[in-house]
Amino acid sequence: MKNIYLDNAATTKIRKEVLAEMLPFFDEKFGNPSSFHSSGKVAKDAVEVAREKIAKILNCRTHEIIFTGGGTESDNLAILGIARANKEQGRHIITSKIEHPAVLEVCKELEKEGFEITYLPVGKNGIVKLDELKKALRKDTVLVSIMYANNEIGTIQPIREAAKIIRDNSKKKDTGVPYFHTDACQAAGALDLDIQKLGVDMLTLNGSKIYGPKGVGALFVKKGTKLQPLIFGGGQESGLRGGTENVPAIIGLAKALELAQAEKDNTRLIDLRDYFIKELLDKIRRAELNGDAKLRLPNNINISIPRVEGEAMVLYLDSKGIYCSTGSACSSNSLKPSHVLLAIGRSNEMAHNSLRFTLGRDTKKSDLDYVVEALPGIVKKLTEISSL
Amino acid sequence: MTIKTKKGDVGEWLYSKKVKQHFFNPVKFMKESEEKKFKADGIGQVGSSACGDVMKFWIKVDKSGKKIIDCRWRTYGCGSAIASTSVLAEMLTEKGGMTIEKALKIKPQDISNRLDGLPAIKVHCSVLGDQALRKAIEDYKKSSK
Repeated sequence: MKNIYLDNAATTKIRKEVLAEMLPFFDEKFGNPSSFHSSGKVAKDAVEVAREKIAKILNCRTHEIIFTGGGTESDNLAILGIARANKEQGRHIITSKIEHPAVLEVCKELEKEGFEITYLPVGKNGIVKLDELKKALRKDTVLVSIMYANNEIGTIQPIREAAKIIRDNSKKKDTGVPYFHTDACQAAGALDLDIQKLGVDMLTLNGSKIYGPKGVGALFVKKGTKLQPLIFGGGQESGLRGGTENVPAIIGLAKALELAQAEKDNTRLIDLRDYFIKELLDKIRRAELNGDAKLRLPNNINISIPRVEGEAMVLYLDSKGIYCSTGSACSSNSLKPSHVLLAIGRSNEMAHNSLRFTLGRDTKKSDLDYVVEALPGIVKKLTEISSL
Repeated sequence: MTIKTKKGDVGEWLYSKKVKQHFFNPVKFMKESEEKKFKADGIGQVGSSACGDVMKFWIKVDKSGKKIIDCRWRTYGCGSAIASTSVLAEMLTEKGGMTIEKALKIKPQDISNRLDGLPAIKVHCSVLGDQALRKAIEDYKKSSK
């Protein structure tokens, strides 16, 4: 049986080099970084080395990196933390319609707490409309949160340009607000993370999308940012995240990010991506690409196919050893199809009928050829059964 | 040890073996080639593509007007939607057919049981076959008056 994993936006397999660096910190170097003895010092030093590695990649100061329990926690900390610490400056937040649930669901919670949220629209290409950002900025805006690259359709958002608009069109220079946060979980393996160039105040990272461990994340928090913690405890992470550090995972995150940034595979992946898109659109009648053809992550392919529902296709592909995902409601717990595909103007039906393939380090052209061979037959069979 | 988290979530696959069987080898779906020849006595359709599930049912009734003797279906939807319509067709046509009276009593739970269970969320959204069947029976009753 084939084993073709094309769901690297969901999670990635940990790299052997990453795992090897983590392992000693489960047993022989098991100490608690907060302990005042040699065993603790070993763990503490290792965490600080990891922090330095990440700070170097982000071109920021070491103490501006906060370790968390994952991308979702980093997003929660950024948004809730800013909202709650800066209430007296205003209760307005701007985000986009295509954010990850880790951002959108937090915004919904804040609406219950009396915050007003503006959800910026995106064009058909899946890129946030910057003129709308300019219009949405208000005196009481305390936070703007726009993802670096979208997890479903891979579209890359104009973060630098958004940062400039925020600097030029708000009272940021005088008051520090609105703060600008970006979720870079999907971008971390392919794009430049230099925060000086990006111009952001906060940036979310995690391990599980970059061949690192799950359950660990980081948040870059620019010095001087007023943030309230979510988790209180022993004062770890400059008091912004209580709880004993997950030392092996933190070490794994730093190593994974270092490798991902040093060994970017973009040129090869872009060639594979564009080849795969062309083949799929050629071989499957009326299939359509979701999101901009070029302004997207090197490894993301997302298509919709009329008359055939996504989950059914995912299960048929699974039976042939091909692993991918869909924006259909049937594969979620919400009964609603992908909010991202609806935001780019797809019908409910076409949103249900989507397939996402996300390539990885191990993906070969022959893997994609195998999919191109298998999928048309699956589509034909399901179309035959389909009542549409 | 296998961890069984919820009903219908069996082993390494997301659905039961029975669902798998009907999903990959559906029975009695309406092939394009037989649509004209089939001469249904009643046709019913439920669901909407916006919601992700649409089911269409064709039935044939015997001369007495009391028994369904054959049927066909087509489904747009997820794995359990396809499997549940296929298994319903099997229930209706085995042992020489099913009386209309009995067919009208089929509930989503009966279909789900016959599939050895479905995840709870799926019973609610994807088992619409009984409704499509009911509509086909209504259609038959109307046209035979």
